[in-house]
Amino acid sequence: MRQWRFHPLVMVLPVIAAALAGRLLPTWTLSLATVAASNALVALGIVVLARTGNVSFGQGLFFAAGGYGVALVANAWGVTDATLQMLIGAACGGLLGLLIGPLIARYSGIFFGMLTLALSMVFYGALVKSSALGGSDGFNVGRPTLFGIVFVDPREADFMLYAVSVVTTGLAGIVAAILFRSEFGLVSLAVRENNLRVEYLGLSANRVIVANFAIAAAFAGASGAFALMAQRHIDPQFAYWTTSGEFVFIAVLAGYQSVMAVYVASLALELVRSFSNLYLPNTWQLVLGLFLLAVILFLPRGIGSLWAGRARKRADPVPDGGGAP
Amino acid sequence: MTAVLSVRKLNKRFGAVIAADELSLDLVAGERISLIGANGAGKTTFVNMATGYLKPDSGSIALDGADIGRRSPRHVARLGISRSFQIPQLFIDLTAAENLAVAIAGARSEALSPYAPAEARGRRALAVGLLERFGLGQQADRPIAELAGGVRKLIDIAMALARRPKLLLLDEPTSGVSAEEKFATMDRVIHAVASDAATIVFVEHDMDIVSRYADRVVAFYSGRIIADGKPQAVLRDPDVRRYVTGGLR
Amino acid sequence: MNLFLTIVLDGLIEASWLFVVALGLTLVFGVLKILNIAHGSFYALGAYIAATVVTASAAHHLPPVAGFVAMLLTVAFVAGAVGVLLERGVLKMFYGRDEVVLLLVTYAVFLILEDVTKLVWGVNPIYATQPYELFGNVAFAGLYYVGYDLMLIPASAAIGFAVWFGLNRTILGKIVLAVIHNEEISVSMGVRVNRVYAAAFGFGVLLAATAGALTAPKISMQPGLSSDVIILSFAIVVIGGLGSVEGAAVGAILVGLARAASVHLMPQAELFVIYLIMAAVLMIRPEGLFKRDTARRI
Repeated sequence: MRQWRFHPLVMVLPVIAAALAGRLLPTWTLSLATVAASNALVALGIVVLARTGNVSFGQGLFFAAGGYGVALVANAWGVTDATLQMLIGAACGGLLGLLIGPLIARYSGIFFGMLTLALSMVFYGALVKSSALGGSDGFNVGRPTLFGIVFVDPREADFMLYAVSVVTTGLAGIVAAILFRSEFGLVSLAVRENNLRVEYLGLSANRVIVANFAIAAAFAGASGAFALMAQRHIDPQFAYWTTSGEFVFIAVLAGYQSVMAVYVASLALELVRSFSNLYLPNTWQLVLGLFLLAVILFLPRGIGSLWAGRARKRADPVPDGGGAP
Repeated sequence: MTAVLSVRKLNKRFGAVIAADELSLDLVAGERISLIGANGAGKTTFVNMATGYLKPDSGSIALDGADIGRRSPRHVARLGISRSFQIPQLFIDLTAAENLAVAIAGARSEALSPYAPAEARGRRALAVGLLERFGLGQQADRPIAELAGGVRKLIDIAMALARRPKLLLLDEPTSGVSAEEKFATMDRVIHAVASDAATIVFVEHDMDIVSRYADRVVAFYSGRIIADGKPQAVLRDPDVRRYVTGGLR
Repeated sequence: MNLFLTIVLDGLIEASWLFVVALGLTLVFGVLKILNIAHGSFYALGAYIAATVVTASAAHHLPPVAGFVAMLLTVAFVAGAVGVLLERGVLKMFYGRDEVVLLLVTYAVFLILEDVTKLVWGVNPIYATQPYELFGNVAFAGLYYVGYDLMLIPASAAIGFAVWFGLNRTILGKIVLAVIHNEEISVSMGVRVNRVYAAAFGFGVLLAATAGALTAPKISMQPGLSSDVIILSFAIVVIGGLGSVEGAAVGAILVGLARAASVHLMPQAELFVIYLIMAAVLMIRPEGLFKRDTARRI
């Protein structure tokens, strides 16, 4: 039966393989893959949340919260361990998500999206003008370590970051895959289709949305930590709407049915960006824009629909209206 | 005999429209009651208030003594009232079994599991079992989008049964069902519900269905109850004939 | 007293061009039900084209007035044409899909136009300051104001009035209003909705570009212009109410004043305050300050 494919121990294998494969990759691919993995993590969170019918256009809020949180802790208390930083980022994001979630869970569709966008821009506005946090310039942090080991050789340091981000994103993907097939995942889909009926059945649609929202926020926070580790610098751009937009872009490209598709989409984005920067400067956005239009036109359910075999008919990512009596 | 549902002096207005006017009613356990009345008479408003979707302006509704007038639909459901809808409220992209699985998840008191597969053997058996009570076992894995209106109606009712309610409210269970199917549908519903010994309230416009399946008929007009009793008596009542069934010259 | 007046005037000057941009955005939403993320790109396009025209006319030793007028006309023409082409050529392909899909389509257009402007005009800042001296300097309440800035206030008010008049007092305008309120019925009444769409979109982005052209003499044109403008005009439109002309005006004034006030009184608050208002409006009154009364559809 199909079930064996989703057993956690089986799903862990490709993650380990991908992490080890980093040994063979040239440096430029390594950093590209690290960025792709880290972006995929945020996009994965968006997909998780989108299954409840709510698309977040403001994940930059948690991405920045994670990044700034880790940066402040790292500089104040000398925490440099990569896994610890990732966990702090996730915690910052997740806690903020739990705080904000209940406030916005009752809004639907485009209002939810606009609210998340507004909140991320509020954060951006606050960051840009905060001299204590470096204002629009931000500030720097030191190199990350792992389990006490300091990586002097840049090649080793890059591999370490690659491995940690790939493993984290991979594990997150496993968690998402299990979540999607679970009872909680099914009810999340139901909330998207008819949240009123869900309430009539004795379930709390709001609680389901908040839980998914917190997961997405935690993923974004962890990713913020990775971005911080890679750039060794944090600035308000992390919270800007175009940053959030890029994450949504990957989620849309991937579609909402397959976790694997999120990685493929994120990798595709980074490849396009790198190659167009290399050969035709100032065209990567142009290419991406055309690519997005093509996907929306020809693969309305995202890349994932190419292989997600189920006959389940799913129209566009977010359905129209709800359906109340 | 204690009342399952106690309604006292319920009032509800929408602007100038009086949907409920000092409504008082007692429903006894195990009864099969039909609510009749013209459109706008207040039947659906009553159902909406009994399930927590609308809050009454004044008055009280109590289920087994517990006040439910101010509660949300979720709380009311958890206290034991389930309803089906005139236009089936289903999760269109999910399969029939999945729809039932959501209903079953809602019926349990534990929190939703984030890891146990929705299709796990125990849960699936329950879902398919409920479908089989309505003769829909074969449709278990078909998405609702592919199923006809009459089938959707039955699934909608099956979902309401997932939590074995004390009180089951059916809003026009045979509307949209073709004339020759109506009795078969209602037979299926009554048969499927029989094992749970719930109190059944159904809103109906078809008087053949009413006379055949109801122990008791309550007639509404302008937010008031104008008749309440055995089907034969109520259907012959002159006020009922004037305001509900027609036929009074 | 002086400070108060300064804030009010600065606020109104800001509000002027913001209003014109927001007006275009809200009209496009009202008619086509699309939230056009590329709207800011047209603002930038207008600014860049204005710069080119102004520089060219200066090179030909034409008087600044000529340059100013030429700039406005060129921008209106180009933006309108590009807008109509975009709507008929690209957007049309995605009609009938969910509103989020169309949002992503306009996001794709935004990305494309970002690079197009970079490819055409480069990444270095460009200026077009000649028209800025056209209206001299005006002494007001002890301060000197550039006449050009003050001119923006009546100019945008005139544009606003013209649009309001066009919508409410002309037959064409009423047809557009009909499409805004209920497209299905309009179609069944024989309205050529396709044409209304194309015209509305073209006009909407024309307004954005015109705002860009009007502000070009005051700013430097560089990449990133569009992303700042779109999010700001978006905030205004949400505050005022999507699809409402009056809302765009009130929202623009509110945002303009908020900006001016924070610049003078509490610089740290500037951006933060605007988006906080936007978030608050979304939470308390999601339809915006000027709710459009819609009949319930069955």
